[in-house]
Amino acid sequence: MSAIEVAGVWKFYGDFPALREVSFNVEAGTCLALLGRNGAGKTTLLRIIAGLSRAGRGQVRILGGEAREQAARARIGILGHGISLYDELSAFENLRLFGRLYGLADPAKSALAWLERTGLERVRHGLVREFSRGMRQRLAVARAFLHDPSVLLLDEPFTSLDDRAIALLQGLLCDAVAQGRTVVLSTHQLREALELATRVALLVRGRLAHAGPRTDEMLEDTGWLYRHYGEAP
Amino acid sequence: MNFFRQSLFIAQKDLRSELRSKEALNASLAFALVILLLFSFAFDPTAEQTREIAGGLLWIVFAFAGALILNRSFARELANDCLDALVAAPISGAALFLGKVLANLALLLAVELVCLPVFGVFYDVPWTVQFWPLILVLLLATWGLTVVGTVFSALTVNLRLRELMLPMLVYPIMIPGLLAAIQLTTPLVIGQPLTAEMMLWLRLLIAFDVIFTAVALSLVETVLVR
Repeated sequence: MSAIEVAGVWKFYGDFPALREVSFNVEAGTCLALLGRNGAGKTTLLRIIAGLSRAGRGQVRILGGEAREQAARARIGILGHGISLYDELSAFENLRLFGRLYGLADPAKSALAWLERTGLERVRHGLVREFSRGMRQRLAVARAFLHDPSVLLLDEPFTSLDDRAIALLQGLLCDAVAQGRTVVLSTHQLREALELATRVALLVRGRLAHAGPRTDEMLEDTGWLYRHYGEAP
Repeated sequence: MNFFRQSLFIAQKDLRSELRSKEALNASLAFALVILLLFSFAFDPTAEQTREIAGGLLWIVFAFAGALILNRSFARELANDCLDALVAAPISGAALFLGKVLANLALLLAVELVCLPVFGVFYDVPWTVQFWPLILVLLLATWGLTVVGTVFSALTVNLRLRELMLPMLVYPIMIPGLLAAIQLTTPLVIGQPLTAEMMLWLRLLIAFDVIFTAVALSLVETVLVR
């Protein structure tokens, strides 16, 4: 069964087509590395899959439902460019809020469990604005995983993460794929992405230039994909 | 999950954030009190004419002070991309919007309730005589202002000139609501009861609230996901 179905998606910003008839499926339990240079349309596509933006044309289905359906959104975890946490709330209050919004049975218990898992339990009552960058990033990871999502959408997740947060995230993503969750990972950091990915999709100027399994060649030579399917530099 | 519970979570979050930062509340309150003080210098508080425009003076203050609170409503979500997390969460846009409206309503009413006694002292008006009818009018008019302001706060959140755009969009639409609020507040704030003729303005204010609440709740999903 396809966890994510992207069918003929176009997105226009004014007259400029940021995405041009992008179609692919992501099977449940796979990790897709969404690759492409700056401006290729990776973030736009991820935002449409997440239901944060509407496609100009085409359709996106998540676990069989429309992307904007509440049932679909409840099963998606997102880690974007920003940490999506409130500076004026404590770490615990932030996680409890999102736990409540996702309808968790015991939001406080889930929040405490994730604070412990990310090593933030001792500062749970500290305001996020007082946190170091690394602590904020770990809390953002906890927020994305809090509701045990079936589909994880990550936009440049390793950018500006410290070593501890990278290790935490890589561990969580490995576990997620092993447990049959679906991960879509957009990144410039090819090495980290290709190590995790089971499939690869390459966007070039809004078009899907390649979609297929991640091969050993790609892992051995991270420039291979761009040389074969990308634009000439 | 219950629609209203979701709204209450959003309202609670907004109020808690605002009470800790006091960004909008302090600015709005300081602005309102300074304008009231300046008006008391500009108009003779004992003059009959001043009493006749008392409602207008109050609502000018509330509308401008309200813009400072409403501007922050969705702008607060821009820091750390929090709006994305809210829009991605499995709650309806209407629940998110209603939560924001409730938080803004509480903040704006707090400013108004601080301003009323100050207004009473500066302008020597018996504003407590018709206390409950006055509170009812404040509630109805503030609800309308908050609903319209919160929609436009969402609409203008990504604009560079949102502080300018919000009042420019809100005030023209608020004209019927503000007109009714001014007409109703003027007698009440000087201690006179509402006459039967005034009920038309009250009905207009209620209709304004109902119509704009319904329109806002149905449009907000489109505003949030573009």
